Amino acid sequence: MSESSGLQIDWAGLAPLVIVFVAAFAGLLVEAAVPKARRLPVQVALAVAALASAFVAVVVNADKNGAVFSIGGTGLGSVVIDGPGLFLQGTIAALAIVAVLLLAERRTVRGGDFVAEAAVVADSAADIEQRREDGATEIFPLTLFAVGGMMMFVTSGDLLTMFVALEMLSLPLYLLCGLAKRRRLISQEAALKYFLLGAFASAFYVYGMAMLYGFAGTVDLAGINQAGVSSGQPRMFLYIGVAMIAVALLFKAAAVPFHMWTPDVYTGAPTPVTALMAACVKVAAFGGLLRVFNVGLASSAWDWHLILTIIAVATMIGGAIFAVTQRNIKRLLAYSSIANAGYLLIGVIALGDAVGQTMFYLAAYGFTVIAAFAVVSLVRDGDEEATHLARWAGLGKNSPGTAVVFTILMLALAGLPFTSGFTAKFSLFAAAVQADELGLVIVGVVSSAILAFPYLRVVVLLWLSEPAPGAPTVNLPSPMAGTVVAAGVAATLVLGVAPGFLLEIVDQASTFLNT
Amino acid sequence: MDEISYAPAEGLLSFTWALIALPALGAAVLLLAGRRADKWGHWLGVTTIGAAFALALGLFGSLAGLENKSAHLDLFTILSVGGTEIEASFLFDPLSAVFCLLITGVGFLIHVYAVGYMAHDAGRRKFFAYFNLFAAAMLVLVLGGNYFMTFVGWEGVGLASYLLIAFWQLKPAAATAGKKAFLTNRVADVGFLLAMFTMLGTLGTVDFAEVFNGAASLSAGTSLAIGLLLLAAACGKSGQWPFQTWLPDAMEGPTPVSALIHAATMVTAGVYLIARSNVIFSLNPDVQTAVVVVGALTLLFGAVVGCAKDDIKRVLAWSTVSQIGYMFLAVGLGGAAFALGIIHLLAHGFFKAGLFLGSGSVMHAMNDQTDIRRFGGLWRTMPLTYATFAAGWLAIIGLFPFSGYFSKDPIIAAAFAREGWQGWVVGGAALLGAALTAFYMTRLFVLTFHGPKRWTEDVHPHESPAIMTGPLVLLGLGSLAAGGLMASPVTEWLVPVFGEHHEPHGHLTHMQVTIATTAAVVLGAGLAWLLFRGGTDEVPRAAAWPVRLARADLGGEAVNRGLFERPGRLAASASVAVDGRVVDGAVNGLSAAIGGSSRRLLTLQTGFVRSYALSILSGAVIVVAALMVVVTQ
Repeated sequence: MSESSGLQIDWAGLAPLVIVFVAAFAGLLVEAAVPKARRLPVQVALAVAALASAFVAVVVNADKNGAVFSIGGTGLGSVVIDGPGLFLQGTIAALAIVAVLLLAERRTVRGGDFVAEAAVVADSAADIEQRREDGATEIFPLTLFAVGGMMMFVTSGDLLTMFVALEMLSLPLYLLCGLAKRRRLISQEAALKYFLLGAFASAFYVYGMAMLYGFAGTVDLAGINQAGVSSGQPRMFLYIGVAMIAVALLFKAAAVPFHMWTPDVYTGAPTPVTALMAACVKVAAFGGLLRVFNVGLASSAWDWHLILTIIAVATMIGGAIFAVTQRNIKRLLAYSSIANAGYLLIGVIALGDAVGQTMFYLAAYGFTVIAAFAVVSLVRDGDEEATHLARWAGLGKNSPGTAVVFTILMLALAGLPFTSGFTAKFSLFAAAVQADELGLVIVGVVSSAILAFPYLRVVVLLWLSEPAPGAPTVNLPSPMAGTVVAAGVAATLVLGVAPGFLLEIVDQASTFLNT
Repeated sequence: MDEISYAPAEGLLSFTWALIALPALGAAVLLLAGRRADKWGHWLGVTTIGAAFALALGLFGSLAGLENKSAHLDLFTILSVGGTEIEASFLFDPLSAVFCLLITGVGFLIHVYAVGYMAHDAGRRKFFAYFNLFAAAMLVLVLGGNYFMTFVGWEGVGLASYLLIAFWQLKPAAATAGKKAFLTNRVADVGFLLAMFTMLGTLGTVDFAEVFNGAASLSAGTSLAIGLLLLAAACGKSGQWPFQTWLPDAMEGPTPVSALIHAATMVTAGVYLIARSNVIFSLNPDVQTAVVVVGALTLLFGAVVGCAKDDIKRVLAWSTVSQIGYMFLAVGLGGAAFALGIIHLLAHGFFKAGLFLGSGSVMHAMNDQTDIRRFGGLWRTMPLTYATFAAGWLAIIGLFPFSGYFSKDPIIAAAFAREGWQGWVVGGAALLGAALTAFYMTRLFVLTFHGPKRWTEDVHPHESPAIMTGPLVLLGLGSLAAGGLMASPVTEWLVPVFGEHHEPHGHLTHMQVTIATTAAVVLGAGLAWLLFRGGTDEVPRAAAWPVRLARADLGGEAVNRGLFERPGRLAASASVAVDGRVVDGAVNGLSAAIGGSSRRLLTLQTGFVRSYALSILSGAVIVVAALMVVVTQ
């Protein structure tokens, strides 16, 4: 290709992103063109088909290693296709399919969890009126935009593209958080908080990017890494830049002390959106962290090692200790997601030695947590979700099937053998030990021992307590939510018993381009 | 030290996996078949474990014919982490062989007994499913070919034990005891995990042969760390000090569970772990001393508390704690004593299972009462239970020529043989423990079966049905003879695992120890006989402080409460307070807003986002500051 000097585009490599974004725009057209009654099936089919084709496109791209855009044979850093990028794109697409099915659930509660018209003042007469209507279907294109942003986030090779992707994944999410049909004020409050704090974090990102540009003269990650060795600029720029970028990314990853939004937003957002955030956004955020630190900042590892270690320890311990006293199942899962961010940070700190295991952990955790939130959305007091744990007492008596499923998920989160939680933790910690991070692993094991307590308390509550009077009912899921739960539990068990195949895949896909 | 290698499995031995598959299949069928299996489910449970026993015998026979005395079976790769492959592998060697025979043999008898014991329980099918599940997990534990597989079984038996302790889940005491057992075990399991990670970090493997061969190259600090971490795990599973409190509470489960899991098999897993890791423990004298101290301390601790308890199952539970203390002492002493610990473990498996099943038979007769103060004179009404319990009693106190004499005396002798003042201390402790054992077991025996009847009014004791007494008789015979029959063949059988050792010569000759022990036992038993042959008060009387202390588990619970529960509660309430003010405030503020005070909501809301933002900002400042600190260093 050296003879041509124009811009060349590897369309096949770009296909996953293109498919998702085109489908998102098509979804907007569907809103305008298709009659209301038929919009839901069309939107769901469109979203699932787009995500599935994106997944196929990712698989087709396997083994590809290079830049998507290049000029005269020289790759541009903006979007790069490499092992980790493809694996994470595939994981996000697969998890997003499951999440979309959960968004589409309409049987457990009539009309679904989403408000029909978000602009109506909460609790006004019009709002009470619209509670009987079906939820808005704009959520599907919004989700596709967010998912497209995530898939771009994990394949961005320079800070500027990464910033665009960050905003693209965040903005639809802020909106989705505020669309709950019930308890709308809490939902809107969550959306606003997430938006304000997210904007705050984005400002850090831009500032950090400016600093790094000042230091390296480029926003390309590989170039920054190079400059870490050879740049003549004052290193102060590098340090401030690293710190600011790290703050923004750790905010999305929900690491202590940038985690404060997590419990409020997880609780306030509609449960399917919470599931999307806990699974897909987690993957994207850590995908970004892995790439920035492995590709862009590996040469300055010695400088940031201490502070990232401190943050990882604070996150693991803080998340676990706060989780112990939670009485609300969504809050419990929120703090557990914070603690899990701590374990994943070990994988980031261990750099190249643990990339594969971190990605395995992300996939395993994503499926488990998405199924857990799906079950949460099934257990209801009337129309509202019964999120207070006291209401879950004795669920095993009345709904043994649901209780068995939730027990499996809790045991997986607690990290018992034969579940994906165990294999993921074990392989991640083992890889970290080999990268000489034994201290962090000790903290991780202790933290997960603490964290096992609240999970097991839920299990005990399910099986060994008497049902509360007027116990909540478990609504029978439609095939949509049923598939979500089944897929999550199946992945949890398969990755627990026979994780070999996926470990092999992540092992092969664990090398970033330009490292 | 010779290179350790295991021969690949051939012939019948390549079916070692079936040993685990049989009970696992039973458990799966019983759990999945649901109520349809209620009628025949228990027989399926008995059959699978019986078949496993037959297979274990066959495997044992094939192993005896091998020259290398080991069979290693790789099934598939479970995990591959950074160049380290962890295989699903099994190891059938003399050590795992004797454990398999104990688990399936005694397990089979207890399964049969449970058919009768649980006859009137609505959850009998579920009980047998869990029971089979336990057997499968325990077999994974002892057959695992690397630490990872052992850990899988280790967690599996923990789960099964939790399910079975809390089997009568509607009893709050049972549910609490189940939780306590699980949590204590999880804490100790941290030790196991960290030990594995340390091995991975230093040796890059968790495979038995590779770890043992590489152990000599470890630094003293590393081998000390691995040894202590494994010891912590072993103490948790085996109810040794300082993790002893869960074991007596575990008696809330059905009696066959107490017999199989909390006496004969699972609680001895700690001894197995140390014996299996004998190469690591022998490397470092400090670790060995730690094991000896734990063993000596626990054997006295359990015996003292056992003297003061009035609940028939709890006395037996504390006696289990104490007897496992003897086994820890033995494996801690190392050398020739490794085999002694295993022999005591096997003998104990028989007589303690017999004693527990006997106590179950007594409870059956006495309307599920457990207070020995309200028993007495039962020998006339339940002759078979009486005779078998007597066999167990003679075996545990260790009079010549019964089981305990052959298994416990050599441990006491080995303790005296330890060098220097330590020999006198641990030997003395072991000797004192023998006297105390004789005292509390005789007290238990006399108060239950002899003396005047002190029954409550509504009981009509009767002998148990044949399906329960049959296993009792077999276990009784085993209690009487096992020790004498096993002592020297088992030592020889285990040579490939522990190596050849000469009996050490210490402060006292074997004859002197035997005389001293026999005197101690006769003294303890005689004293108990004199004190309790005329019965006892029907309720405990006020007593002097030593008895009060012993009744209170020597302060074990108080320590738990003071050291863990109270700070735990403080930490919990502190975080609740933080959560209440900072986090719940948002929700509370919102409900206030719905009530109409929107102004307050506004201030609250902006306040909170601001405080969140402040947290992010301070975090950013810390990140920058920490970077600067690192850089300017």
